[in-house]
Amino acid sequence: MKKVLKMALASLMAVTTLTACSQPAEEENPGTETPTEEKISIGFVTDMGGINDHSFNETSYKGIQEYAAEAGLVEGTDYSYLQSDSETDYMPNLSTYAEEGVDLIAAAGFLFADAITEAAQAYPDQKMLIIDVDSLDPEMTPNVQQAVFAEHEGSYLVGVVAGLRAKNEGYDAVGFVMGQESVTMEKFWAGYQQGVWSVYPECQIYYDNANNFAAPEVGKSLAGKQYNSGAYIIFHAAGATGNGVISEAQERAMNGEDVWVIGVDTDQYAQGYVDEAQTKSIILTSMMKRVDTASYNAAKAVADGTFEGGVVRYTLADNGVGLPEENPNLTEEELAAVEEATQKIVSGEVVVSETAVNNDLTIGD
Amino acid sequence: MKKHNPLVISLIAVVIGLLFAFGLVAITGRNPFDLLTALVRSMTGFNMQKPDAGINPMFVLNWFKYSVPMILTGLSVAFAYRTGLFNIGGEGQFIVGGTAAAFVALCVDLPPIIHPIACLLAAAAAGAVWGFLPGLLKAYRGINEVVICIMLNYSAMYICNMLTRGLLPIDPNTNARTISIPDSAVLKQVTTATASQFNWGFLAAIVGLVIFWFIIEKTTFGFSLKATGFNKEAARFAGMKVERNIILSMMISGAFCGVAGALLVLGEYKYGRIYTGFDNYGFDGISIALVGAANAVGVFFAGMLFSLLKSASGNLQIFQIPSEIAELVQAIIIYLVAIQYAIILVLDKIDFKGFKKKREPKSIEGGDA
Repeated sequence: MKKVLKMALASLMAVTTLTACSQPAEEENPGTETPTEEKISIGFVTDMGGINDHSFNETSYKGIQEYAAEAGLVEGTDYSYLQSDSETDYMPNLSTYAEEGVDLIAAAGFLFADAITEAAQAYPDQKMLIIDVDSLDPEMTPNVQQAVFAEHEGSYLVGVVAGLRAKNEGYDAVGFVMGQESVTMEKFWAGYQQGVWSVYPECQIYYDNANNFAAPEVGKSLAGKQYNSGAYIIFHAAGATGNGVISEAQERAMNGEDVWVIGVDTDQYAQGYVDEAQTKSIILTSMMKRVDTASYNAAKAVADGTFEGGVVRYTLADNGVGLPEENPNLTEEELAAVEEATQKIVSGEVVVSETAVNNDLTIGD
Repeated sequence: MKKHNPLVISLIAVVIGLLFAFGLVAITGRNPFDLLTALVRSMTGFNMQKPDAGINPMFVLNWFKYSVPMILTGLSVAFAYRTGLFNIGGEGQFIVGGTAAAFVALCVDLPPIIHPIACLLAAAAAGAVWGFLPGLLKAYRGINEVVICIMLNYSAMYICNMLTRGLLPIDPNTNARTISIPDSAVLKQVTTATASQFNWGFLAAIVGLVIFWFIIEKTTFGFSLKATGFNKEAARFAGMKVERNIILSMMISGAFCGVAGALLVLGEYKYGRIYTGFDNYGFDGISIALVGAANAVGVFFAGMLFSLLKSASGNLQIFQIPSEIAELVQAIIIYLVAIQYAIILVLDKIDFKGFKKKREPKSIEGGDA
């Protein structure tokens, strides 16, 4: 027995000593320095959805990647991300970056509100960006930039699209799948309703709450339920859960059913192809929430030395939310209606409420 | 086949698991020294690649922070296992415990120190109730506790969410949790010198370890539980109350998980949670009990090991090693412990060879095994 343990120990030591000598040389990246801006380091902490959620985390990180590409930062050494598997990982991940001494820590999601507050008190000099939160006390968190979006305005626009399309095709219902009940998520729901009913007041809207941002299987079954009940178009605001909504619609479209999905956060058009030639996508359009702009701006501001704590708002007027530039699935009429609604919202003629007017249109639960 | 100490088998599994991780990191073109650095840093706070930075105790405390609920859920599964039961309902018991603690924290006004203790007791009681149900059905109706437990996990999540949303004050800023619990109920950080959330709740894990050891090793009740686990019918024949044992064992098991769930609410979240999924502490408990050979000392060390792998996740990513490596190590360890007879066979073979070498050197045949 002792012999076995000795052997195991010896081999472990051998491995570690061998590997200790094999450290690779540091990569040098000359010629990419920008003289005006200081080279900074950025750490991004994901929530449970993960970095490849095709949605919220991925887009926030994309903004950092865009900035890094401009400033010549190297992934891994200058900027990186930490994956959180549960909410108990938030604080350790945030403080790991703080201990590493990165110049900016970014985190996406209202679930981070408490952890960021705690981290801001433990590391008062640490610059941080939190997306989707505007409720932190600026006295307690002077170095935290809180970026929020007018999701209700963008959702109004996709609501207009959904309402018009359903009306013109003779359907009487559309659907909405939400990731989790919260103040932020209600803005999606509220804007969507008002948008649909502004063009099609009789339209029924099915509502379902997956109560999870990371459960595609739940999204898939909820979408199935809504399509079976007669929903023609489903707007999902559910992060990775929404990928299940998309795959349900793809399967149905491949079987000849006429269904649509409205994507969220990014332009999800390319995710919704139903043929190998990639000519047809079931993504009608997407409610773009430019979280990448928020993280990009924050990173740039840190480098410029102009970074400030407090609340920053991104609205339809400054392209913080809206539709993608290319919308192959939309008709001229729909695009014109979107344009008209955009102008009305920007000019203040239409004020979109952040509160959902009716929560009774649920099916199933 | 000789009898081997199960903890030795676990230790061998751990060493092989780690070696495999180093090998895998090397094969995928990363630097195994980074893996070692990350693990050492998570364990000691010392960064071998930046020796001047000194020791950062935050990482050590974070490791301890993760270990507390994991040891408790490990004890939970181990306790039921000793009575021949498989408590896979840890997640549900964990959730009802957390919810019960939030209710006591928000609805009852008590002085500090007494308040968190009252919350923990309520959590233990709630967890016990959630263990009682499968225990009762198993004891008197012979219904498989695994199936009941899994269903109760989901029942716990949805019932607790409904109760929390319906009865507790919800935070208006997020609408996704309750308001913060009063300061008197919060489990304070052991030290505010670091940002780690390591709090006085760790005492509950120590108390849990002592209670587990005492009941299982030192009481007649514990003996009759173990007897039930070894052979139910023999225990019944010997005059032991098998049904009572099954129910009590599941209740105590549930109480451990309930306390674990409450510790997170009182010490880390500091608000009543609306659960969107399982935290997996209950499931981690299964692996910990297995690797820890279902005894108090083993569960302690297995809990420390698994929480180290969990807390190393951040450091692994900092050193550009995928955090999945940590999960992979866990999986390998569990597989190896599960197929421990293979390890025992190898051990026997090696010992046998050594024996032969000494006594009958000439009879050894050529070639290595």
